[in-house]
Amino acid sequence: MNIYVLVKRTFDTEEKIVVKNGEIVDDGAEFIINPYDEYAIEEAITVRDEHGGEVTVVTIGDEEAEKQLRTALAMGADKAVLINTEDDLDEMDEFTVAKVLAGYLEEQDVDLILAGNVAIDGGSGQVGPRVAEMLGINYVTTITKLDIDGTDVDIVRDVEGDSEVIKTSLPLLVTAQQGLNEPRYPSLPGIMKAKKKPLEELELDDLDIDEDDVEAKTETVDIFLPAEKEAGRILEGELADQVSELVSLLKNEAKVI
Amino acid sequence: MSKKVLVLGEAREGVLRNVSFEAIAAAKQISAGGEIVGVLLGDSVEALGTEMIQYGADRVVTVEHENLKQYTSDGYSQGFMAICEQENPEAIVIGHTALGKDFAPKIASKLEAGLISDVTEIEGEDEDAKFIRPIYSGKAFEKVQHKEGVLFITIRPNNIATLEKDAGRSGDVSKVDVDVKDLRTIISEVIRKATDGVDMSEAKVVVAGGRGVRSAEGFKPLQELADLLGGAIGASRGACDADYCDYSLQIGQTGKVITPDLYIGVGISGAIQHMAGMSNSKVIVAINKDPEAEIFKVADYGIVGDLFEVMPLLIEEVKNLKVNA
Repeated sequence: MNIYVLVKRTFDTEEKIVVKNGEIVDDGAEFIINPYDEYAIEEAITVRDEHGGEVTVVTIGDEEAEKQLRTALAMGADKAVLINTEDDLDEMDEFTVAKVLAGYLEEQDVDLILAGNVAIDGGSGQVGPRVAEMLGINYVTTITKLDIDGTDVDIVRDVEGDSEVIKTSLPLLVTAQQGLNEPRYPSLPGIMKAKKKPLEELELDDLDIDEDDVEAKTETVDIFLPAEKEAGRILEGELADQVSELVSLLKNEAKVI
Repeated sequence: MSKKVLVLGEAREGVLRNVSFEAIAAAKQISAGGEIVGVLLGDSVEALGTEMIQYGADRVVTVEHENLKQYTSDGYSQGFMAICEQENPEAIVIGHTALGKDFAPKIASKLEAGLISDVTEIEGEDEDAKFIRPIYSGKAFEKVQHKEGVLFITIRPNNIATLEKDAGRSGDVSKVDVDVKDLRTIISEVIRKATDGVDMSEAKVVVAGGRGVRSAEGFKPLQELADLLGGAIGASRGACDADYCDYSLQIGQTGKVITPDLYIGVGISGAIQHMAGMSNSKVIVAINKDPEAEIFKVADYGIVGDLFEVMPLLIEEVKNLKVNA
């Protein structure tokens, strides 16, 4: 089975965000594989181990993203592809990213594509469904269970806490939700092996993509931090009095109950 | 230039979700006097058209088919695209719900359009409209502008106020015939496990528990308080990792991002990744026995104390309030 995983390099969840001149400052920040993409990688490896085939991890970015691809290879993926857009594209939106990924994937023989359901930085969750639509294949988002038998696929999907039990078939794109699996940590032998695994670097020219055809449809004009919240009131006195004061404040001052 | 805007009405168990009316209000701002057309898809949805009009839609177009009884991206896109072809809209607004997140990118892709997701605020109108949306789960915000093609946004529930309901408003509810077929996704069963009725992302009140709650049993008083206040319960990653509750309840950067009117954090210390998911709530209450807990820095009201002592008192007090109301 030919399995592809779409991954993104993101800020570590523990990072504080610093904004300067309307842009995020990323000097010295720790980067990780988007946590939802880790579920996708883990699931891809599990599916391959059960059904055979090959797992290829794909990302868009600059050379910095090689580190995250090597981590995915160390987890157990077989090959990695970096589509380096650094020289070609300044502004990218979800349309751009999906179009570039689809440009690569439509030249491949694809059975299953996995991705995270959302990236914790941009948070739009668009790229997976967009890529599937461009490739003309079905997709199921926010999955928590995946079983494949031949080309039949059984899925459980999280929908705001409810679970949908779904039947569909390959070829297919799925996006991973928390609860799908427990991503493994790369082992030391895994890390050693990863150094020798193929990591291919491509540019838009290699994919026959014209910059104008992937030009962003939207534009970020500013980035800012939320207004600093002033520390509120810590109530004092007997616990029972604090509780009555709290309820009275919520009712009369904040007017939320 | 005025715009014709399509707004998807999302129904759950036969009732339109509030976010659909918020979407009409957003559409009004974008439309700059243009027409707002409600869209309803389902097996029997025509009757819901009137309510969309009362909340500000000018008219409503429906597609009814048995294959639209449950949402699937294939089914809904066939219905929605048929209406798009008939109406030729300049803009589209959909709620950023589970359905909206799954559906909107497919339509955007079909239309070769941009899509500004999860909008919490709209600044200005017409060509100058700027859309504000959280990034890094609310640790920062970005302001986005539309460049070309159809203007397409999804809006986060609970952030944009609805227009006032006008029971006297009337408008045309028409139908488009579409043979909805070839669905590639078959939903064989839906297992409900969310808290009764109220979904966390749309709830006005969320009572969230952390590791301090100590057990699944410990969540019961939180649920009781949430029920009394007509809200939902949530949790920190710590509580989910410890198996006190289901991951679907997790609030934070790797969980749900919520903006209720009232958030009550119980036994939650306030790790940065949790705070990203709730710090934009309108009013924050923290109950924790550690006075140094980070969550007190963002809380409007804090009680330093043992939650097992505070919760029974709080439940009693809220009960009294409801009795006297």
